[in-house]
Parts: sequence; structure tokens; C-alpha cells
Amino acid sequence: MKFLRKIFDNAHAKLNKSEKTKKLFPLVDSVDTLMFTPNHTTKGGAHIRDGIDLKRTMMFVIIALIPCLLFGMYNVGLQHDLANASVEWSGIDQFLFGLMKVLPLVIVSYGVGLGVEFIFAIKNGHAVQEGFLVSGMLIPLIMPIDTPLWMLAVAVVFGVVIGKEVFGGTGMNILNVALTTRAFLFFAHPTSMSGNNVWISGFKELKDSPNMLADGISGATPLGDLASFAQDQPAYSSLGGFMQDGHSFVEAMWGLYPGSIGESSVFPIMLGAIFLLLTGIASWRVMASFFAGGLVMALILNQFAGENAYMQLPAIHQLMYGGFLFGMVFMITDPVTAAQTTKGKFFYGFLAGFLGILIRVVNPAYPEGVMLAILIANVFAPLIDHMVISTNIKRRLKRVKIA
Amino acid sequence: MSKSIKIRKGLDIRIKGDANRSSIEAPLSSTYAIKPTDFHGLIPKILKRVGDQVKAGTPIFQDKYRESIKYVSPVSGKIQEIKRGAKRKILEVIIEADKVISYEAGSPVDVASLDREKAKEVLLASGLWPFIKMRPIDVVANYTDTPKSIFISGFDSSPLAPDYDYLLYTRDKEFQAGVDILNKLTDGNINLQLRAKGGADAAFTQAKKVVTNKVSGPHPAGNVGPQIHQIDPINKGEVIWTVNAQDVAIIGRYLLTGQYNASKLVALTGSEATNRKYYKVIIGAKASDVLNGNCNTDNVRYISGNILTGSQIEADGYIGFYDSQITVIPEGNEYKFFLTKGWLGLGFNKLSNNSAYPSKMLGPKKFDVDTNLNGEERAFVVTGEYEKVFPFDIYPVHLIKSVMINDIDSMEKLGIYEVAPEDFALCEFVCTSKINSQEIVRQGLDVIHKECM
Repeated sequence: MKFLRKIFDNAHAKLNKSEKTKKLFPLVDSVDTLMFTPNHTTKGGAHIRDGIDLKRTMMFVIIALIPCLLFGMYNVGLQHDLANASVEWSGIDQFLFGLMKVLPLVIVSYGVGLGVEFIFAIKNGHAVQEGFLVSGMLIPLIMPIDTPLWMLAVAVVFGVVIGKEVFGGTGMNILNVALTTRAFLFFAHPTSMSGNNVWISGFKELKDSPNMLADGISGATPLGDLASFAQDQPAYSSLGGFMQDGHSFVEAMWGLYPGSIGESSVFPIMLGAIFLLLTGIASWRVMASFFAGGLVMALILNQFAGENAYMQLPAIHQLMYGGFLFGMVFMITDPVTAAQTTKGKFFYGFLAGFLGILIRVVNPAYPEGVMLAILIANVFAPLIDHMVISTNIKRRLKRVKIA
Repeated sequence: MSKSIKIRKGLDIRIKGDANRSSIEAPLSSTYAIKPTDFHGLIPKILKRVGDQVKAGTPIFQDKYRESIKYVSPVSGKIQEIKRGAKRKILEVIIEADKVISYEAGSPVDVASLDREKAKEVLLASGLWPFIKMRPIDVVANYTDTPKSIFISGFDSSPLAPDYDYLLYTRDKEFQAGVDILNKLTDGNINLQLRAKGGADAAFTQAKKVVTNKVSGPHPAGNVGPQIHQIDPINKGEVIWTVNAQDVAIIGRYLLTGQYNASKLVALTGSEATNRKYYKVIIGAKASDVLNGNCNTDNVRYISGNILTGSQIEADGYIGFYDSQITVIPEGNEYKFFLTKGWLGLGFNKLSNNSAYPSKMLGPKKFDVDTNLNGEERAFVVTGEYEKVFPFDIYPVHLIKSVMINDIDSMEKLGIYEVAPEDFALCEFVCTSKINSQEIVRQGLDVIHKECM
């Protein structure tokens, strides 16, 4: 690795020669610190430091996302194959098709996001911080597969600038960057982000050429189907019909149906969850309370279901559809936007899970209830912390009166 | 009322290089130094000039604003140099030692006959006062205060810490005399904390007029901070004094003999030290007396004190006033390729409190550590990690943030009166964002000291 080290040392030396090139220092430094843990030593204070750093923490989240990414690629190909009557593919073909569709989204997300980060890094004169490494991977995974690349690019710029940099960069943001990006698209370009036409790659073209579209394919996600119970022409006549048609517990577990790229299958999400919990990167408190919040809301809805088929949906199924579990493992656990106090984390997770299912079911126009609920919880997180800390302060003041 | 307390949060850092329980009389140094920088916030007023003759116990400088607090020479000899740094700040007063130490004339003190004011006078005049520190702020105590209690920790739980039972071995009478005079200074208890498990030296177990509390749990169980927090927490306006156990014996020795005899044991520890033993030195001794021939010298860091709170010294530097330990560890000033030894390696040899490294699962393995930062400073991102090693009913990150924005009101509410920088040492160690929390807490305490006390 000595030759690599030499390259960086030379680059640093050259940059330092003139004032103009010095500004580019953060660029080279960012790549350098990615390849090498720098030779910085402790100055005063504790003379030794833990091996952990932000790069490793962030990279572990990306590793946890890989199963979702790979599954998403396969599922994109599979859904296209199912919908397209004119092709007959093997599993590998399906995966390769998905790869070709998903990869541009990932590249645009990282390219645009890191580009913005670099600009701010040069402007502020610090190295690029690691926050976007995770956001850049999360963003494509929560997009419908047919999201136009320009739209994604605009949304990423919005997410990074308004969601994060205006607050001061990594660690300072109030709202989850990936969800801010998605919320921007959801409200700015609703036709590309919801409905029944965006979840299968190339679905619109297939729909326009009647011979190509396979029979019985509506392009709807499970939540779309469920939401249609509230409409005049529901996709299924009863909840039982919905459950029998590819939505049993096991089938929901594998999640081979249309949806955002990384969110539809429970199995890879659980792999990621186990990895994040074992490595201690994600907070089990937030995850568990989010799950509990969703479960409680789903059970409450079951009690008041009456004739409403969506509300009759068994609680466990309710949690397996849509972005709930993906949000539980990768979104709500973002430590920057979550509550920071140990007790606060329980309230925070519960609130988000509870609201997520409520919004989704009670207002069928928002199947993305989980996204909105997490953003609401983000906003409430500082308030939750404030309450928890206030009790701590009061406890300390009480001590004085007793004494 | 003795108490039994359990520290649940904390971390025992397992690293190589603890000292054997055997001691050597280190040769008498040619020079000694008293460093005003060992006493945080002190502005010294020099009383002697270069070339003046001093005896052991002769005041060489005093606190500019609290003139009764004298800082005395640990040995007899000639003032060789007054070393100054930026803005002419005094860094070290170096004394060239005589071959045989002569002491300021004094006589044994009958502690029982003293009242509080007399006891203070004895301690102030003899130069023993700086051994007494106060909480809050963690600086040399104010002689105008009356503390609600005094805390002595009977063990040190920090990494590679010297064994206090060994330091105090056969020092029973000296320790008792020290305790006796401390008893004069407070209406409350002298709290002595010992480990719940295992025996302690007779100096501790036989001590009278103390309240002995048992403490169990990982580091920082041996720090007075968490002990005070559990036993007699400090509220705004209250003061508690603390004295290091070995320093209690030095105070006692003066009372018994009338001589300022500041000899003590210092442990040489750390993976780069080869002859890891206890060395008998006098306060202010040159580190090289202990280090020479006893450690590797190639690219190492010398620390007076332990690796969490100690201060870096040069090889020809002097041991800190309060320190009973010298640690020598390798410097980590090298680049590490990310996949092998760097941030994304498997990391079986990386010490970490984070499950993202396998080190926690490796059982009682002891690690080699160096001074590499293992990353770069960032904003706070990860939450909950400070809380795992911080045994206070205080929100550490919020307290640090209140200091960062210099919000005195919040600092007070969040409990700054109860903490000292050393209490944040483990937080600093585990921090993913590499934030220097001890330094920040010190800044906060300085502000509080200036504005509120």
C-alpha cells in the first residue's frame, strides 16, 4: 500500500503549493481518509481512543442494506417479467434487468448527493462528512423503479441542501435526509410517486400496448389494493380474496410484489436488522418501540374495523406491507433525527409506528403513511427529549429541597 | 452510615502493561520541578528567584489570588530555572537538588488539640493544602469553605492503575494522621470508598473516624465523581473536598514528623515499559529517573498519570504533582490502510466498546493500544454511547452541548456541579465522533467558576 500512500502524499504536497489549489484540499483529503485511517494522534484528554469511527458506523449500515438492494434488483426484473407477456426470463435475466434499472438510480443518487456535499465541503473548508454515504443508498431503495433520473437528481439536491446542509451538515439535521428527498418527490411529482402505474418497470408502456400486458396485472402494491377497498371499485371483493391471492403470511414474508425498490420483502430487511442489532449500530429501543407502536395501532384498528376491510387486516400483515419494516430498520433508527435520550427513544419509536399505521389506513390517499409519520416524529424528537430531560432536572432540584 | 453502592455503567479497559507489585528505590534526581500547570486555574506568584537556596518545604510560589496557599519545594537545593511559555506563563520551577535533603524546621503536630482554623493554618503553612481539591470545579480547595463532606477513594479503577493497597502498605499511621486532620475541616463525614470484592490494606480497613463505603462495578467506580454522586451528591452551592489516598499519607507524615517529606510510590506501566514496577520517588521527580533503561524509547508517548486523564510529558519531563503512575504507550502516528488495519478492517486487534468490532466477544483478552485517534473529529451523530459508560443520573451529551453554546443556565440545570473532566474520560474514549469532551467540560467548569462561584 506504500505506492498508494505516496500518491496521496504527493497530491497533498502539490495542493499545498498555491492558495488556489489549497481550496481543493477537502476533495483529496476525503478520498485519502477513505483509503487510509489518518495518522492523527490524540492531543491531551484521553490518550487512547476507541477503534470505532463514523466511517465504519456508516459503512455498516450500507452493508446492512445490501440484501435489500440485491433483492430489489431481482424483484424489479421479476415484476417486469410477470407483467410483460412478451418475455420469458430466467432468474438471472430478471436480476440483470433489475440491475440495469436500479444501478442508474444509485449512481445518480450518489453522484448528485456527493457532488453537493463536495461543494459544501470546499465552501466550508472541511472534509466531506460521512452522512450521505447512507442516505445515498437509502434514497434509491425507497423510490418507485420508474422514477425519472432528473427528478431523482432534483430531489436529492433538495434533500441534501434543505434537509441537511442549511442546518449545518451531518449531525445537525432535523429531518431524515432520505425521507425529505422522498417527501419532496411525493408532493412535487405525485403522479410519478404513487398510484398503480409506477411500481413495475416500464408499466406505462406495457399498458399502452394492450398485447404486451399480461392478464390480471394491475400494477398496484398490496397497500394500493387495500386502499381500494374504500373506493367504488375495489381490486378485491373481500379481504379474504386479497389474502388468498398471493398475500399470505409466507408470501408477504418474501414480498415478491410491486413496491418501492428495497422495501417490499421482509426477509432481506430482517437480515439487515439482525446485522444492525448485533453490531449495535441501530438502537433496539427505537426499533422495538416502533414495531410496538405499529402493532398497537393495527390492533386498535382491528377492534373498530366493522365493515372496513382495510381495518380488518390482521395486525401482523398490516406491518409487513409497504415501508413499515424498512422504515423501522433503516429510517427511524437514524440517530441524528431520532430522540437522543434513552427513555425518549421509546416514546419516539412508538409515536412514529403508531402514527404510521394510522395515517396509512385512515387516509388511503397516503399509503406512504410511514414516511410521513417518521418525518412527524423527527420534528417531535427534540420535544420528547426536552420532556425527558426536564424530569431529570426536576429530580435534581428536588434533591436540594429535601436536604 | 456506610453504604454499599453498585456502579452499573462503565468500562474496564483491558490493555497490556500493568505493574508488578514490587518496588525499587529510584535514584535521587538531580533536578525536581513543581509545575503550576498541574494545578488548574492557578496563577502563581513566584517567591524565590533563580539561584536562591531552598529546603524541602520552603514555599517557592503562592496563589496570586489566594495568597495563603503556598506551593513548596519537595527537596532542598537551588532554584535552577523558572521555565516560561507563551505570554510568559510559568510552566515549571526547576530545583537543583542537594545530595542529602534538608527539611524546613518543624515539629510534630498534635492533631487532637487543633480546632478547624488551626488545622487549616497548619496545612496552608506547610504547603500541604494543594493536596486538597474541591468539587465542583475540580481545583485546589478554597480555605474559606467548609465542605459538607470529604471523599477519599481507596482504589483506582482506571486502566493499568497502581494498586492503592500496595501504595499504602505499612502507611497505616500516616494515613490515620491525615484522616484525623481532615476530620477537623468538615462537620460531615470522611468517606472512604473501598472495593466491594477482595480485601484492602490495613491502612484502609483499620482507619478510624472514617465512613467506609463499598463500591462494586467497572471503571470509573474508583473515581470520586461517581462515588460522590451516589453517596452525597453535590447541589448548587455545596462543596465537597477530595484527597488522593497516597496524598493523605503524605499529609499524615508531616503531622507525625514535622517534615515535608513528599516521597511516594509511582507505578511504571504501559505496553512499552519493560521493567514495570513501583518506584519510590519524591514529588516533582524527573520522569527519566524512572524511565531510564526501563522502557522502549522509539516513537512512544510518555504520560504522567493514566491513559485516560494523564498529561503527556517529554522523556526529560517531570512527574505531575498528583500522579502515582507513568504510562508508556506507542504513538499511533501512522496511516492505516482501510481494509487491513484501518477503519473497515476485521479489527480483531482493535480495542473497542462498540459491537462493530469483535473485541467485546474475545473475552478477557488484553489489547495493545496506541495513541491514534482512529478517525477524525465529527459532529455528534451516534447517540446512547456516552450513557453506557457514564454512571451519573446526568445527560452527558446534552451537558456537553450546553457548554459548547456557553449556556450557563443549562449547564447548571444539567448537573455541571457534579462532574469533573475525569468523569468524562470514558465518554471521550468511546466517542465515535472523537469529540474532546474532557476539554469541553473543563471549559464549562471554568466559566462556572468565573461566573457563579
